[in-house]
Amino acid sequence: MATASVATHDTAHDHHDHEHHDNFVTKYIFTTDHKMIGKQFLLTGIFWAIIGGLLSILFRLQLGFPEMNLEWLRPLLGGWITETGQLDQTFYLALVTMHGTIMVFFVLTAGLSGTFSNFLIPLQIGARDMASGFMNMLSYWFFFVSSVIMFISLFIKTGPAGGGWVVYPPLSALEQAIPGSGLGMTLWLIAMTFFIASSLLGGINYITTVINLRTKGMSFSRLPLTIWAFFLTAVIGLLSFPVLFAAALLLVFDRSFGTSFYLSDIYIGGEALPNTGGSPVLYQHLFWFLGHPEVYIVLLPALGITSEVIATNSRKPIFGYKAMIISMLGITILSFIVWAHHMFVSGMNPFLGSIFMFLTLIIAIPSAVKVFNYLTTLWRGNLIFTPAMLFSIGLVSFFISGGLTGIFLGNSAIDIQLHDTYFVVAHFHLVMGSASFFGMVAGIYHWFPKMFGRMMDARLGYVHFWLTFVGVYMVFFPMHYIGIAGFPRRYYSWTGFEFSNMYTDLNMFVSVAAIITFAAQFIFLFNFFYSMYRGRKATQNPWRSNTLEWTTPIHPGHGNWPGEIPTVYRWPYDYSKPGAKEDFIPQTVPLSATPESNLPHEQELVKLELEIMKEESEALIANEAKES
Amino acid sequence: MEKELKYIDVVEQPISMHPKKFALWLFMVTVVMIFAALTSAYIVRQAEGNWLEYDLPEIFWVTSGIVLLSSVFLHWAYISAKKDNLLQLRIGMTVAVLLGIAFLVGQWYSWVALVDRQVFFVGNPSGSFLYVFTGLHGLHLISGVIFLIIVLISSFRYKVHSQSMDTMEMATSYWHFLGGLWIYLFMFLLLNH
Repeated sequence: MATASVATHDTAHDHHDHEHHDNFVTKYIFTTDHKMIGKQFLLTGIFWAIIGGLLSILFRLQLGFPEMNLEWLRPLLGGWITETGQLDQTFYLALVTMHGTIMVFFVLTAGLSGTFSNFLIPLQIGARDMASGFMNMLSYWFFFVSSVIMFISLFIKTGPAGGGWVVYPPLSALEQAIPGSGLGMTLWLIAMTFFIASSLLGGINYITTVINLRTKGMSFSRLPLTIWAFFLTAVIGLLSFPVLFAAALLLVFDRSFGTSFYLSDIYIGGEALPNTGGSPVLYQHLFWFLGHPEVYIVLLPALGITSEVIATNSRKPIFGYKAMIISMLGITILSFIVWAHHMFVSGMNPFLGSIFMFLTLIIAIPSAVKVFNYLTTLWRGNLIFTPAMLFSIGLVSFFISGGLTGIFLGNSAIDIQLHDTYFVVAHFHLVMGSASFFGMVAGIYHWFPKMFGRMMDARLGYVHFWLTFVGVYMVFFPMHYIGIAGFPRRYYSWTGFEFSNMYTDLNMFVSVAAIITFAAQFIFLFNFFYSMYRGRKATQNPWRSNTLEWTTPIHPGHGNWPGEIPTVYRWPYDYSKPGAKEDFIPQTVPLSATPESNLPHEQELVKLELEIMKEESEALIANEAKES
Repeated sequence: MEKELKYIDVVEQPISMHPKKFALWLFMVTVVMIFAALTSAYIVRQAEGNWLEYDLPEIFWVTSGIVLLSSVFLHWAYISAKKDNLLQLRIGMTVAVLLGIAFLVGQWYSWVALVDRQVFFVGNPSGSFLYVFTGLHGLHLISGVIFLIIVLISSFRYKVHSQSMDTMEMATSYWHFLGGLWIYLFMFLLLNH
């Protein structure tokens, strides 16, 4: 009975979807099609990645070449270049702040999760669109408004926010503190409010869609790991972004209404401020309750994409599918109970520190399981080194090298020396920044054919990969040494201190490597935009992959499948199954069609499968008869 | 074990709810997280000392009663709608909306009472927290009242009945949730004062 009603529903849906035409505005701008919204997120994310990267090059110039005359940057930076041709010191703070904010939130949250969750969830679970296309559209436009406000803040006279991307009070709460705590900070807070709204709208949609709109047969144990990753990412976001909102709300009250949630006993210019009774550590608790899960919001989608790309291009089932899911679940839960490891030196109770240290080190277990599974999937696979595959392997490399330093940083005693040094910078740029960035790029190379119906150029992809991969290590590996030596992050100048002025050459090296790595990204940009119009035309399933998105037409319309939504009969990782004719069996192929490769327990399922298919087709015929 | 699971999946549809209702529940989760963050911030901050002690406004007892009563009326309306008793539906909804507005007015008077006690928004965080709790909850309650009014209007257009209960169900769950949230906040304040 249930099946019959579903069949009616599907056919009704089809008619509806194919008879509506879009004009330019509803197709490209205010669109409710998840694929177009995904592309909107992608393009906005790429725009922000260029800005964020450029900002980092600007402060790398200062760090690597402190004596350099930057007069030539005056057309771009204007008054931020001082009379003597140096970078303005407060603007340096604004640069690192905005680099962090842009990269963490606008590129690796919205650009990564926004792009691929939107694009892939309905395609891979077999849905026509997101649960609410309107909410999805709203999610993008909130992000857009947030982007515009943040972008404007780059150009105001007092400069953008300058208190670090974590915007700790009292620095961020007092307008007198630094120029960046004025209007720039206000705009930062407004932009982030819109950003939170956008993330929540998106997240609610992703969760609802994954739970409610899966196609027939798509049980949770048959979901591609990408979907598991996006789903858990959305859950993390849903639980942590409201907390950031609460933290920001109290900060707004402190800044603009004179309350004292975070402020107490502060003297400025010898004069006491009226605020008493606040606690800046309170802000840190609230912030890091988001801040730490945010790390996994950034990382999990990249790990999911990697699972899919590595399995496809190793022509092997993913090793330990269930272990992958369980470790992602473990990471999701643990991400909420480790936040205070960012606060070991904040004056927090050391006993509490020990607890958080213990919990933090437990994360090594699910992370190691994931790495092990990636490596064992690659092991003796028929590797196909597409650019996406290379970037995925690069991600695994960064995840290992950056993850190892996490074990040091998670120790509350060692953290006293390493806290807020370049060691931390090296750690999170490898494990979170570069790893997620590589996941994102891998995703773009892999799903470009589905997005635009054309292939990206593989040779340019290889050049892009090697330059970026080597470049990233050149940039971040040396930072470990500077960090162990004790040099703090966010400092404008090295040369003034005895213990650090011998690192000039090392810094120059890092800066040169950073410039080369940044330049290499323009190869990708060229490849991306050129291939969009001139690339080789893609076939329907260019990577010979199993998942549902490759069963759609090369240019899927709004609604994704022209006919009925395909039914799923197997898990997504049947690669190189012994006995099978091809080295891949798509999820839509019934077990009854592949008797040669079925395992004994699958053979038993065939009979039942056939019965159900018969029942279904009868129901379908009955429905059609009723309609006509 | 696993074999069996797989094959049940083919027969049955995946668990699914009305997507909009589900999304509303998720939205309520986010609201819970905001207030969980704020109330735990309250506890953390209180433990640090320098905490202004003052009596909670007595009017909170009244407003708590009002919000519970409005939930009762709304639920009565909901049950009536299920039985297609449209007159009772409209009466129940109208009373619930009026009580909701009365609650908001009462919360406003709690602020007046606080000011009379020399507890201001600007000052010791113990007072500021109370304004934030009530204010933020009030904002959500305003959204709830608007939602109820929308459903009330559609009930006058004969759009709410036993065959079309989705928005009514959503409005009811949201309103019960907001009432429950207030009771939680009030209990929290009573216990941690």
